[in-house]
Amino acid sequence: MKTENKKTYILNLLAIVALYIIMKVLMSQGILNRYFVGIIIFIGVNIVLATSLNIATGFLGQLALGHAGFMAVGAYTSALTAEALTSEALISQGIILPNLVVLIISMTLGGILAVLMSLVIGIPSLRLRGDYLGIITLGFGEVIRVVINNLDFTGKAQGMSGVPILTNFDNIFWIVVVIVFILYTFTNSRHGRAIISIREDEIAAEASGIPTTFYKVLGFSTAAFFGGIGGGLYAHYISFLDPNTFGFMRSVEILVIVVLGGMGSLTGSIIAAIVLTILPEALRDFAEYRLLIYSGLLVVMMVFRPQGLFGTAEFSLKQFLHKLRYNPILSPRKEVKDGD
Amino acid sequence: MTLLIQQFINGLSVGSIYALIALGYTLVYGIIKLINFAHGEVMMMGAYFAFLAVIVMGMPFLATLIFSMVLAALLGITIERVAYKPLRKAPRISALITAIGMSLFLQNLALVVFGATPKVMPTVIPKQPINIGGIQVGTVTIVTLVLSIFFMIVLDRFIKNTKPGKAMRAVSEDKEASVIMGINVNRTISITFAIGSALGALGGVLYSVAYTQIFPTMAVMPGLKAFVAAVLGGIGLIPGAMLGGFIIGMVETLTKAYISSQLSDAIVFGILILVLIVKPTGILGKNEKEKV
Repeated sequence: MKTENKKTYILNLLAIVALYIIMKVLMSQGILNRYFVGIIIFIGVNIVLATSLNIATGFLGQLALGHAGFMAVGAYTSALTAEALTSEALISQGIILPNLVVLIISMTLGGILAVLMSLVIGIPSLRLRGDYLGIITLGFGEVIRVVINNLDFTGKAQGMSGVPILTNFDNIFWIVVVIVFILYTFTNSRHGRAIISIREDEIAAEASGIPTTFYKVLGFSTAAFFGGIGGGLYAHYISFLDPNTFGFMRSVEILVIVVLGGMGSLTGSIIAAIVLTILPEALRDFAEYRLLIYSGLLVVMMVFRPQGLFGTAEFSLKQFLHKLRYNPILSPRKEVKDGD
Repeated sequence: MTLLIQQFINGLSVGSIYALIALGYTLVYGIIKLINFAHGEVMMMGAYFAFLAVIVMGMPFLATLIFSMVLAALLGITIERVAYKPLRKAPRISALITAIGMSLFLQNLALVVFGATPKVMPTVIPKQPINIGGIQVGTVTIVTLVLSIFFMIVLDRFIKNTKPGKAMRAVSEDKEASVIMGINVNRTISITFAIGSALGALGGVLYSVAYTQIFPTMAVMPGLKAFVAAVLGGIGLIPGAMLGGFIIGMVETLTKAYISSQLSDAIVFGILILVLIVKPTGILGKNEKEKV
């Protein structure tokens, strides 16, 4: 690893730890009450869902309209696994697993099942170009919802209640950090660059010897895996699963976060997830006008800034500090040195 | 056997509504390559316009239809001018999000203006069924079928024989070349939106007459299914939308009658996935060679 990179990682890690400590202090002081902590956890879930969808839609450039389907698969698998792992039978045998272990095992299983689903629909449809993946994933999302509505072990239309509550502020914070880190390194790896090249020009990528179908499936199933994990996090916080919350509108909400933040920008997705989770809550005073304002803002935003808030650029703490340090207004006497 | 024939006619009638809505999707997709998610909401607004025409103005059925179709056409043109035109050069996915935003906006506008409680569409078409050789068929079913087929023939003639219709085909074939040939592309796109929206409103009115209820989210499922129908037949193709609509309506009615009413949605979308895997361009679609 280059020293420059090492510096950046340490800097970002310090900033994240500082953020964590600040939030913990605010919570212990009671400034952030349960309501706010709930919103923060939802922000975490939305960050996982949006950054993962960004791999498929932003970096790979494939329209996917069924992310809520993967989320549902992840949520139900994870809920069922966690129920099995914390069941009476295991506890009576003296096997009591710590919460975090149960959470990680069940989330991962949920993610793996989502990957299997994504392979089934991804391999045939990603051989083609155009909107096919979007349409097929749309159909897939609806099929998943209807099937869950009719299966016995998922509680049918009444939903599934009593899912073990395992997600709390501490573990979701670090899980989000780890996932975003994995996705960031993935997009900057050789494989990530191959995926970006497909977005830029599929024919040129193919001509340069990139196995396009392989990388398209890889990108899509990576998105599905973390989408499933996002579903797991959601299930273990909300504790009650209603199949109709995983409909087409949920997929659209996630897609809106991705597009608003900027397709191809993970930090953009994070910022947009924060804004779009808080915005409907902040507009609560307007009651019935809330969604009208929300959707109106969305249209206006897209008309005036179609590439989203960040475009494909990433927010970099290092560059930000650099700019702050050598800002002529803030510190007029220092000169900007080349290569610093 | 009689039951089967009855279900068959019901399927045709439901299918013709889907076909009308699917035409709007396919016309717009053919001309600007945009999946117009707000189209379902135009259909919903069409139903509300008809409701107003009947309740407030006491119009007869045919006048109601025309009133609702004209208003919906204006709404369609406005949506295109305000939301889609500035994004014609933007990435396609941004235009798609705008369409979804527009759809949410119209839904919530209807919610604020008309309220969440469903409005009941008054009986504008007599309820008693017609008896044809021992087969009972609802009047609404027959009227729906006749009106839809009539407007489909009108559309077909319009596209094939009139100047604006030919312009529409030219623009969907090649936008740049049609500009060179002196076609006013902006006006053609507006006409396309107007026709699509008017047909969608017709579908909405017939849908609300058949199912008697009008509410802000009424168009979500029929809209999605009509979109599926358009894709199934081959998106961008007018006969494809009609064929797809009839197939979806038929499959839905028959699965509801003979297999399971809950699973019918899953079966409809399952068929879509299967068809796309086998023949990605839809039933009537032709494979296009890719240009580098």
